[in-house]
Amino acid sequence: MTFVSILYGLLFWAATLILIGGVAVKVRQYWNTPAPLKIPTTPAPVTQGGVVWRMFREVVFFQSLFRSNKTLWLFAFLFHISLWLVLIRHSRYFVDMNELLVFLQPFGRYAGFTMVLGLVGLWARRFLVDRVRYISAPSDHLMLALLVAIGVSGLMMSFVAHADVTQVKAFFGGMLTFGFFGDAGLPADPIVLLHLFLVALLMIIFPISKLMHAPGIFFSPTRNQVDNPREKRHVSGWALELERQGKTYLDELKK
Amino acid sequence: MADYEVPKLTGEGYCEVPAVRDDVMKGKGPYIAKPDFQTALHFPADFDAAGSLVPNWKERALDKMADLKGRYRSLQVFLDICVKCGACTDKCHYFIGTSDAKNMPVARQDLLRKVYRRYFTFAGKYFPKLVGATDLTEEVLADWYNYYHQCSQCRRCSVFCPYGIDTAEISMAAREILDHVGYGQKYCNEIIGKVFKIGNNLGLPGPALFDTVEGLEEDVEADTGIKVRFPLDEDGAEVLLVTPSADFFAEPHIDGLIGYAKVFHETGVTWTMSTIASEAGNFGMFIGSYETMRRVSLRVREAAIKHKVKRIVFGECGHAWRVAYSFLNTLAGPFDFLDQRYPIPQHILEFTWSHIQAGNLQIDKTENDDKVLTFHDSCNVARGSRMGDYPGGQFDIPRHVIRAVCNNFVDMPADTIHDATFCCGGGGGLLTDDLMEIRVKGIQPRAEALKHVTTHNGVTHMAAICAICKSQFTKVLPYYGFTMDQIVSVHQLVSNALVLQRQVSVQARPDEDGDED
Repeated sequence: MTFVSILYGLLFWAATLILIGGVAVKVRQYWNTPAPLKIPTTPAPVTQGGVVWRMFREVVFFQSLFRSNKTLWLFAFLFHISLWLVLIRHSRYFVDMNELLVFLQPFGRYAGFTMVLGLVGLWARRFLVDRVRYISAPSDHLMLALLVAIGVSGLMMSFVAHADVTQVKAFFGGMLTFGFFGDAGLPADPIVLLHLFLVALLMIIFPISKLMHAPGIFFSPTRNQVDNPREKRHVSGWALELERQGKTYLDELKK
Repeated sequence: MADYEVPKLTGEGYCEVPAVRDDVMKGKGPYIAKPDFQTALHFPADFDAAGSLVPNWKERALDKMADLKGRYRSLQVFLDICVKCGACTDKCHYFIGTSDAKNMPVARQDLLRKVYRRYFTFAGKYFPKLVGATDLTEEVLADWYNYYHQCSQCRRCSVFCPYGIDTAEISMAAREILDHVGYGQKYCNEIIGKVFKIGNNLGLPGPALFDTVEGLEEDVEADTGIKVRFPLDEDGAEVLLVTPSADFFAEPHIDGLIGYAKVFHETGVTWTMSTIASEAGNFGMFIGSYETMRRVSLRVREAAIKHKVKRIVFGECGHAWRVAYSFLNTLAGPFDFLDQRYPIPQHILEFTWSHIQAGNLQIDKTENDDKVLTFHDSCNVARGSRMGDYPGGQFDIPRHVIRAVCNNFVDMPADTIHDATFCCGGGGGLLTDDLMEIRVKGIQPRAEALKHVTTHNGVTHMAAICAICKSQFTKVLPYYGFTMDQIVSVHQLVSNALVLQRQVSVQARPDEDGDED
């Protein structure tokens, strides 16, 4: 057990807590904030089932983005779908291999390339399209840089300098069972350490960054509301309180 | 005609996306509301004169921002989840027309988002430069005032955003914050004040309305030989018609009103307008104030109860219809005292279409043969409401009605109609002369699409179903070489083609002397 292994073990515990706790705090905030008016962007579904179908098309196929900009859609879709394949491949570090996982391994292996390709495309837009250059903050570039670095370091482990994945698996298996990071700890491989450090960084940044778009899209009222305001009355808590007390303005409410 | 350049049309039907330029449209924005307009709307008025700020403006602005983001899920989520992908950047008609960078939807949102980040997020508090967060200063407020009054809240950007981020929601919040620090907009707030005081946006008092409808009855009788009633404040009618006050006197709006009256006359459905609710438009939405919007909406409820009607029908008006369709039930409901067999409220086009379908109206389409029509989907109808009982009915029903009364109809290019429709450039509280430059530039994409069908398909007229669209088009399209009379109401077309068979209105004129008999 090395000092670096203990450090990384603690780092990943912290990162996991921050990711889960941070996202939970934001999701609770979104959940608890009222939506006083029906504002779906129409034409919108008139049933709850229709809304689920609309959200599915948005989340899986990026339908609105497809309508908006085909090039951007291509890069964004490439990146996200590749990311999913890569994440599925990585699940072998946390669960026992099964047939499905074995089947998906090669897809995840090569998806690393398409993931980086998608990211490079997205990044190139930030320099090449004047409108996108104008709206990009340093953090927008850094986020892409971080993801590219994670992707490239991951690919190096697969295709350039093989990492001892059995040992990595033992390390994370140890963490999951609170077995203190496995017997041997992490392999002393700089690429593995760099890759893992960047991933931990991404996890920590997630809840305080625009990466919140992932859970956030499910709370977007323009997309997730049923278009039935004439059929069903929709009143938020604070608006109901105005009515109940017969007041016109919020500052007139008896607290 | 103007000290700025009016964009040139190509007739190709689409506009090139301009290269971004900084601060082309930087300015002071529209006239600022005086303290007495603010008071009428229950906004703070403890500032000296229009253009000065309330004491502790910074604290109050941030308090209001905190309040609004806790009250509106849309605002909170939209401020957080934008990834700056740029999908919206070429979708705003004001950006296309002006090329001002801050008129790109995401950049417009960022004016507010940068301040939100600075004061309400971890990253913005500790790493402001990194995430593009800025302090709230008077210059920032000035930018808000200027650029949030270059947004017509048309929601075209929300259609194309992968997360459905709606700039209108951000623009409404910004305007509400501005209203709370002394930077209310004169045009909107003055109009809402008139609604509260007199009952409609134009400040037409009851006697003027009675005068107008009497004049209309005489005109229609002179024209057709038939006495078509325009009932006002008549209790016990089946339908309460709520229509934009522009319908009472502006062109071509008034021809639409005549059309509604003829349809009611022919169907035999009794109806009335009301001096209490002699305005369908609800400018409360433009300034983002739920409370104002509710107060304006409650007049409709009051009128429906007072006149003991069974149904509420709204006239041709875009924002009015969004508020009516999407919000009226919320703001002024429940409407359990009305006839539940009909949609509450109903659009006049739904009403007319159902009677055309039932064969209750005799139509002579050749009366409109002097025209080749196209149709302008008004933003708030297209992207913020519905007609009929299925998604997209708001696109079909107006077209069905137009085709039922006209022989010649052509749609504009597909990416400029339906929910991708371009704004007229005058919505959202921008229909004021002090914003003429943005109105002229913002209409460019719509004018381009119109030019395309006039050049290639022989279109002569464009029908619209929004009072603001009609007013904006008649005023601004002439800058592009069109004439004012090329804009028509949909019910004006109905009016032309409708053959009046019923000689006498079912609704007898009430006794002039008011005698009981």
